[in-house]
Amino acid sequence: MEKRYASIWFKYLRTDRHAIRRPELREIPFVLAEPLHGRMVITEANAIAEAQGVTRGMVVADAKAFLPSLIVIDSQPQLASRLLKALGLWCIRYTPVVAVDPPDGLILDISGCAHLWGGERDYLALIVSRLRSRGFHTRIAIAGTIGTAWAMARFGKATPIIANGSEIGTLMPLPPAALRLEPETVDRLQKLGLRTIGSFLHMPPSVLRRRFGDRILSRLRQALGQEDEHIVPLRPIPPYEERLHCLEPICTAIGIEIAIKKLLESLCKRLSGEGRGLRTAILKCCRIDGKIAQVAIGTSRATANIPHLLRLFKLKIPKIEPALGIELFILEVPKVEDTDPVQEALWSSSPGLEETSLAELIDRLKGKEGTRAIYRYLPDEHYWPDRSIREASSIAEQPSTAWNTDRPRPTRLLTRPEPIEVTAPIPDYPPMLFRHKGEVHAIKKADGPERIEREWWMDTGEHRDYYDVEDDKGRRYWLFRAGHYDDGNSRQWFLHGFFA
Amino acid sequence: MATMKESKQEKVNRLKQDMLRWQGFVRPESHAARIGLGPVEDAFPNAVFPPYGVHEFISGGREEDAATSGFMGGLLSRLTEGNKTCLWISTSRILFPPAMGAFGVRPDRIIFVDVQRERDVLWAMEESLKCNGLAAVVAELQDMDFIQSRRLQLAVEKSSGTGLVLRSNPRNIGSTACTARWRIRPLPSALEEGMPGVGPPRWQVELLKVRNGNPGCWKMEWSRGCFVPVMPSIRQNKALQLQKIS
Repeated sequence: MEKRYASIWFKYLRTDRHAIRRPELREIPFVLAEPLHGRMVITEANAIAEAQGVTRGMVVADAKAFLPSLIVIDSQPQLASRLLKALGLWCIRYTPVVAVDPPDGLILDISGCAHLWGGERDYLALIVSRLRSRGFHTRIAIAGTIGTAWAMARFGKATPIIANGSEIGTLMPLPPAALRLEPETVDRLQKLGLRTIGSFLHMPPSVLRRRFGDRILSRLRQALGQEDEHIVPLRPIPPYEERLHCLEPICTAIGIEIAIKKLLESLCKRLSGEGRGLRTAILKCCRIDGKIAQVAIGTSRATANIPHLLRLFKLKIPKIEPALGIELFILEVPKVEDTDPVQEALWSSSPGLEETSLAELIDRLKGKEGTRAIYRYLPDEHYWPDRSIREASSIAEQPSTAWNTDRPRPTRLLTRPEPIEVTAPIPDYPPMLFRHKGEVHAIKKADGPERIEREWWMDTGEHRDYYDVEDDKGRRYWLFRAGHYDDGNSRQWFLHGFFA
Repeated sequence: MATMKESKQEKVNRLKQDMLRWQGFVRPESHAARIGLGPVEDAFPNAVFPPYGVHEFISGGREEDAATSGFMGGLLSRLTEGNKTCLWISTSRILFPPAMGAFGVRPDRIIFVDVQRERDVLWAMEESLKCNGLAAVVAELQDMDFIQSRRLQLAVEKSSGTGLVLRSNPRNIGSTACTARWRIRPLPSALEEGMPGVGPPRWQVELLKVRNGNPGCWKMEWSRGCFVPVMPSIRQNKALQLQKIS
């Protein structure tokens, strides 16, 4: 696509802002000044003051000498950049790529945008009239390169819309300052009598480089479109984003659902065309009152399945507060992954972990409010019972080691071992009976001990001697004694689990 | 007269089969569909463990919970044959996954869902039972009324999974729409005579209710990766006979 750029120049950016805030300043000359080397120096003068001969860089005392009614306001150093940023964000409605061009301009990448507003002329007129109605002196030019648009916005006399390819003719009569050069270079060009760009445009590059440096050549090439120039957008452009404007504000759940469906349809069409699927999606609902309500969903596997995503969003709809109504829906997809091509099986495969319907079920469970967590466990190479398993990081992760089943392990394991009182005949023999919660269990059969050492590099404490025991009623328990046998310490027997 | 009687008996049998068919119990072509529960399985209609149903397990304490979990593990090992997946939903989970390995279920094929309230367990279970990608869904619930169980049963009939509900210390055991109601109690294990230590897990398996089946009570053992019905040993048999004679 043919590149088109618009450059906006706010000639009186800071004074306009003061005039907007204080209407009484609109009709009188005033300047912004800041102290420099012990003198107050004018940094910006409004249009009326400039018409009467006050210019930037003048000392305030000199200006007051011939214009006693001049009002002086202290200039705020960060004001210009803040203002430009705010104006740039406002301009995002005309194009997604807006860059700040300090100290007093904006650059808009309008490639493929202008026709939405009925052509470049109407587009330009609309932006200028909107900005002027807010009180800013605005000049704007549209061209095929940033350099030419910048030059025409500031120095252009004729039409502000420059067709691609006619840059040379347009730039010829302009002064060298229109090339965005340093003041020293501009001064030197002036001294040498090169008062227009045309006067040195056809000089050999080696000559220009020797006298004025590399920069002038690069600026010339940029303005003529022979060298690429990049701008940094104010807002990074999300690669996958869908917008839906509403004619009427929406405040019902059904309306929101229809909106989400429309957004998903266009998004998923694009995603599946590129062989990709989304992992997370954020729905932003811009309300009439200026606030944004947003909900997010996540999937355990990249997917572009509309019914599934819609079902996930349906679980979240009750959380969206429409207030007076929603006027704009934005669906952003920050995380996208490649999807494996899905082969439509003629016969249904066995329901394993790779099954799509299972992944979708887990997404739904995750999205539901009452769900705390979803786990899958893999074996880990530890003997300590609590550490013998670890959580799987993904649904399809395969165990790296085999499950260890040669030792008896209880089907139910208490998260915190419960202390018991025990009668044991001699050390290292299983107990004869134990008392737990007031009930005495007489032990009939027992296995053990199985000594499990603490992993000293992970934590400190006593080792455990585990016994699996069965009482007279056939109930099977997993008991352990912490540490070595010790007369002084009676609280060293614990119940840790229940066998099947 | 005899032929008349026979034909009457045949008619009754045929009608019984028809009723079973109307209620969703399809007569299997062979006994390959059996799950390996031995005499317990004969109590079910057509003598096959109904795969598309919700089974309710009543338990009276933590020891019985453990025994029931083990028994469920045995069932899951059959249901998840061929790398299938199952879901375990609970509010406060103390199941120790590696122990499932002893019952033939690969613990990494179980997905654990922890939820906050009992209501969420029911929602999650119904949602999972509708899913075709699962072999079985286990839920730990305290109470379940008829409507809730009916919802689960309807969800199961549409998909092809099995639902197992472990009801620990239920406050009231009303009627439910479940296919069967079980109670598993631990029994003293037995090893070969004279051997020390604890034997393989042994349970008293009680079928309190079976839809279109015959409730009963059996002794089962989980040994070498399958359910083994516990027969009275020769000596016990003799003792029984002596009792009868006297």
